[in-house]
Amino acid sequence: MTRVTRFAGRDPGPSARVTGFIAHLRANGLRLGVAETSLALSALCEVDASYAEQSRQALKAVCTGCKDEVERFDALFDSYWMDAGRVKQKIVPTKSNASTEETIHSSRDAQGQDMGSSGTASAPDGGQGEAESDGEGRLIATQVRNLMRKDLRDLVRSEDVAEAEKVARRLGAALRDRRSRRRIAARKGDRLHYRKTIRASLATGGEPLRLMMKHRPDRPRKIVALCDVSGSMTIYAQVFLSFLAGLMRSDTTADAYLFHTRLVRITEALRDKDTLRAIGRMSLMADGFGGGSEIGPSLARFSKTYAKRFVDGRSVVLILSDGYDTAAPHILDDALRDLKKRGCKIIWLNPLKGWRDYAPVAEGMAAALKHLDLFCAANTLDDLAALEREVMKL
Amino acid sequence: MTWSDLQNSLNTIGYSASDDLSVALHLALTLGRPLLLEGAAGVGKTQLASSLAAVKDAKLIRLQCYEGLDAAQAIYEWNYQHQLLAIRAAAEDGETGKSVETRIFSNEFLLERPLLSAITQERPPVLLIDEIDRADEEFEAYLLEILSEFQITIPELGTITATTKPIVILTSNGTRDLSDALRRRCLYSYVDYPDRDIELAILKSRYPTLDARLGAQVVGFVQKLRQEDLEKTPGIAETLDFAAALMGLGIADLTADPVVLQHTLSTLLKTQSDRAQITKEVAGRIAGRAA
Repeated sequence: MTRVTRFAGRDPGPSARVTGFIAHLRANGLRLGVAETSLALSALCEVDASYAEQSRQALKAVCTGCKDEVERFDALFDSYWMDAGRVKQKIVPTKSNASTEETIHSSRDAQGQDMGSSGTASAPDGGQGEAESDGEGRLIATQVRNLMRKDLRDLVRSEDVAEAEKVARRLGAALRDRRSRRRIAARKGDRLHYRKTIRASLATGGEPLRLMMKHRPDRPRKIVALCDVSGSMTIYAQVFLSFLAGLMRSDTTADAYLFHTRLVRITEALRDKDTLRAIGRMSLMADGFGGGSEIGPSLARFSKTYAKRFVDGRSVVLILSDGYDTAAPHILDDALRDLKKRGCKIIWLNPLKGWRDYAPVAEGMAAALKHLDLFCAANTLDDLAALEREVMKL
Repeated sequence: MTWSDLQNSLNTIGYSASDDLSVALHLALTLGRPLLLEGAAGVGKTQLASSLAAVKDAKLIRLQCYEGLDAAQAIYEWNYQHQLLAIRAAAEDGETGKSVETRIFSNEFLLERPLLSAITQERPPVLLIDEIDRADEEFEAYLLEILSEFQITIPELGTITATTKPIVILTSNGTRDLSDALRRRCLYSYVDYPDRDIELAILKSRYPTLDARLGAQVVGFVQKLRQEDLEKTPGIAETLDFAAALMGLGIADLTADPVVLQHTLSTLLKTQSDRAQITKEVAGRIAGRAA
């Protein structure tokens, strides 16, 4: 079983350890500010902190903010307090005064950088597949199995992401600007709303004191992107993954998923402000990258789970895949029909469609065609940028 | 009062909370922070607020959020009709404009909406802000300001500072992602479907007369049903309805009659395709496994 981490004898005390823990959480991408540290300390005073389980529950309530973080929290807690990952190594400060100075310094570092986002020093290691240990009790969790995984940071460069961000922003704008013909009541409008004005004037004795306005409402479209990262798509992954990363940066309501034989939601991971770390987190989640593809089952799972929460009549579902499915085509057919029932638009971007003489003969692709609102080619970022005009027509 | 005391007193009035949730709630009370509860529909998020109000013997003030909720509905509004009447009456009495004006913009003519009424109580109430994810982002921002300052500015009256700090509970079904700012301000707890023991305890506390064997069967059946691939997973309220239906029909054993079981499933399955999927045979099989 796990045992409690032994901190160095010269360790300045519980508050420094909690500060270190918060810094450890920040280094792993949880969005925590300075106030959380003091809140965490006062929370620990309210429970019996000598019981690990109670401390865990208390810190969980303070430090997490969404389901995703709740699920990651236990591992992060264990890695810091329960000594997971470094069973034998004794924690000895490397420098003479490292214990006090470093712990406090590390947290300050993170404060200065907008909730610990851009520091590479504490970001996941550079793909060597070993946990980073700097001898001050701050651990980077869940990095150990990195070697067995495809590191997407080799594929996706931050320049690409910056470029993709522009494209995604334009594409998002093209999808977004769906003005309605009718006007609705609004506080700041361009026309008078006569009916409401007259009605409001009743309250003021027939004098139209308050002028009610109306305007054409924006009909925002939510983009939900699903990217295939199976073996056959590996060569296009660079473009598509940068596109996803760019999309998430430019559009706060967008939603992103990866699938191969499983479906993974990567929205939370890609929201990380540090581009490299975002991609690092994505590669951790995309375990199985470059493997087999089960498009149908993945989409079916999507339409049964996430789609219920995130897809509605104003969503545009963007599927980035070559359509080579190992599962039976009718599963894909059913999944898309289910998805379509939610009232969304479905766009399928197929890198193969750019080839001369390409015909959607793969059974899965053929089954999918009748549910699609738009079926386009996309190999490069330029292709994606060119989509803008097509998308406008939707 | 420790968190286990809180858990026990919630238990005595019939709300079984998990350890995670009790600790989070206890912290929210002692640290004076809002508590944000997330989870699927029907896991007892809203119920927690009313149970807490009962435990604390406090008033429950509820603000149901919806798309387009605005300040007039959430905070305060002037009672225009009433003001107008007062002006007419004042004109006949020959009251001067200045004194009328001060009179009609007084507390007498102010309609308190949930947020304002929550901060002007004599004893701290429980303020339940239900389904915050349905409200617009602008409202969320406004709410943040109130939750951090606990004061409301009314231009005609001045700033109203909280007499007591309400216990704030926010719930969300996750139809949209909430802003980081709001999440940071709150303590957080994810409420999942209850496990077998807790659900059984809930059932027992609601229907003390329920036969223990049937209770175990009902809970086992619903727990198994949740693992099926359904459009709408049944929550706790559905379990309670289901148990009530079985008791009303005088059924003592789930596995006895598959036809009656199928009829009572209308309390658990709320869409056509779910009904079609859980056929008589499937229901019988699940009941058999659960028993």
